[in-house]
Amino acid sequence: MFGLKKHDSRLFIVVAVLALAAPFLLNPFPDGSAMAQFNAGYPDLMQRFVIFGIFAIGFNLLFGLTGYLSFGHAAFLGLGSYGAVWMFKLLSMNIIPAIILSVIVAGVFALIIGYISLRRSGIYFSILTLAFAQMMFAIAYSDLIGRFVGTPITNGETGLQLALDDPRVLGISATPDGSIPLTNLFGLEMRSVFNLEVGGWLFTFSFGYYVCAVVMLLSFYVAIRIFRSPFGLMLRAVKSNQQRMNYTGLNTRPYTLAVFVISGMYAGLAGGLMASMDPLAGAERMQWTASGEVVLMTILGGAGTLIGPVLGAGFIKYFENIFAKINDNVLHSWFAFMPDGLEDLMVTIVHPFVGKGWHLTLGIMFMLVVIFLPGGLVEGGQRIGRLFRRRDDKATSVESDAAEQRKPAAE
Amino acid sequence: MAILEVKNVGKRFGGLQALGDVNLNVEENSCHAIIGPNGAGKSTLLNCLVGKLIPDTGSVMFDGQSVLGRKPYEINQMGISRVFQTPEIFGDLTVMENMMIPCFAKRDGSFRMHALESIAHEKDIVGKAEHMLEEMKLIDKRDMHSASMSRGDKRRLEIAMCLAQEPRLLLLDEPTAGMARADTNNTIDLLKQIKEERDITIAIIEHDMHVVFSLAERITVLAQGTPLVEDTPDNIKGHPKVREAYLGETQAA
Repeated sequence: MFGLKKHDSRLFIVVAVLALAAPFLLNPFPDGSAMAQFNAGYPDLMQRFVIFGIFAIGFNLLFGLTGYLSFGHAAFLGLGSYGAVWMFKLLSMNIIPAIILSVIVAGVFALIIGYISLRRSGIYFSILTLAFAQMMFAIAYSDLIGRFVGTPITNGETGLQLALDDPRVLGISATPDGSIPLTNLFGLEMRSVFNLEVGGWLFTFSFGYYVCAVVMLLSFYVAIRIFRSPFGLMLRAVKSNQQRMNYTGLNTRPYTLAVFVISGMYAGLAGGLMASMDPLAGAERMQWTASGEVVLMTILGGAGTLIGPVLGAGFIKYFENIFAKINDNVLHSWFAFMPDGLEDLMVTIVHPFVGKGWHLTLGIMFMLVVIFLPGGLVEGGQRIGRLFRRRDDKATSVESDAAEQRKPAAE
Repeated sequence: MAILEVKNVGKRFGGLQALGDVNLNVEENSCHAIIGPNGAGKSTLLNCLVGKLIPDTGSVMFDGQSVLGRKPYEINQMGISRVFQTPEIFGDLTVMENMMIPCFAKRDGSFRMHALESIAHEKDIVGKAEHMLEEMKLIDKRDMHSASMSRGDKRRLEIAMCLAQEPRLLLLDEPTAGMARADTNNTIDLLKQIKEERDITIAIIEHDMHVVFSLAERITVLAQGTPLVEDTPDNIKGHPKVREAYLGETQAA
């Protein structure tokens, strides 16, 4: 299907169904119930899932395939956001030109940074990318360029925001009632939602989320194609043995540079989408912690796998938003069934791991995954899958042997 | 006609004169061996031929063109393939994927951005790679991880990968180092077969005299960075200078 092999098409369809049905799937608990705080099916968070999914898919193209660990990828995300907001200020509130500009801006910067950084590999490459990203963060945070030009470009620590007197040559500067127009796709506003109440459940379908989800699916599709292409094979060869690459007549530099730019453009796309959902851009999006986060996402999910980065992104964003919300009152209500002394003890024990301490839980989980599942969550899934399959095999071992023998011929 | 002409090549590392004044001609479609004791400069010479090192003096001409100052991948695209002392293959990839990479390099050159095409649709590449694997008796290991193969099979794969590029000159750096006797004999047979079946020039660096004398048509003996003698295998065997270089025997003894 669509030029994909059977196995990949199946994966793509599963991801597509999950993404499109997310407003249902992420809202398993009825509204108002005690468990409702674990629901993640609200537009804001779902948008973040897919946007960071795109960011991680792009990062994985570079890190997962070639092994080059960029520690400055958030710079491209931030650039994408600035690009998009500038488009909203100058051209119109339509997200299409904004996203196109963010991808282009990120791509151009990735070309320059990649050209310089890719002269080195390993830790030196990581440090170079980190240095570039921190430089760009500092420039954006102090609005250095803006001070030279005389008009704010990144608007320093306040961040770039829309204003009522922005030109918006193809749109309107302000709505008739005197407010800033909303981001839209040919008139359909990103903020528009459709609520569906079924029994105790409240499902929210946001147009913005579906735009993000469709873009994510397109990015995912392109990533699968790249993985399965001769170009993808060359990138994996770069990771495996650069010496052999060189002595096989292949120039590794353009390959790594090309994937670095593609990866930067994915980050720019994510940044552009982020600004499209909420039209402001701040320098903190470019900080090194943001770069580290995408590294965590990719490794947690499974670097070099197709679905891993998306899983990792969803996992971390879920933790960040849901675990961080659990405060002592919630804990007390959970342990209310216990005798008073025990209840307080339990709350004290759990307290450091939730609320503001969600990083601690995430850190522990990250350690466990890296130590016991070097292939990330995807490897965990595969192990569980194999466990079930082995049970099946015992029943039908003759058939599976035959299937095993048939497999190479069929492929 | 000489396909490879090395003229007055010298290379110095700090205080060490690794190569003195090397002159060497490798005739087209011959098998030329370079032997010499440890530290004679064999590997330095080889590295100068493939662009890993740039000699301080002299010239290296391949098929009438200078290779000096060119990058390893450019020299490879000119038609020189190299087999390493420890097999250099793509350990993370399957045998078939390993085999396809040189086929792509031969067809598409040093870089091509074919990011949205599917490998499965590259029928000519798949066919050529499978044909090579069959010829090298590796087809039953097609989907195996290449890192998990035996040393002998890795060497076989590496040679197959080099041959897939249809090089005019194949450089072998101690291809049987660290191999068991049986694997060594297999490799000798393989190289003999390659020599018979293809229009290819082979230059080989080797310690194992058994390998050298069963393959080479010409032998150059290198000692302390300079060629001692160049002759046919029969003449080399009894040459006093060679015995001296290898065994430390003096004329008087």
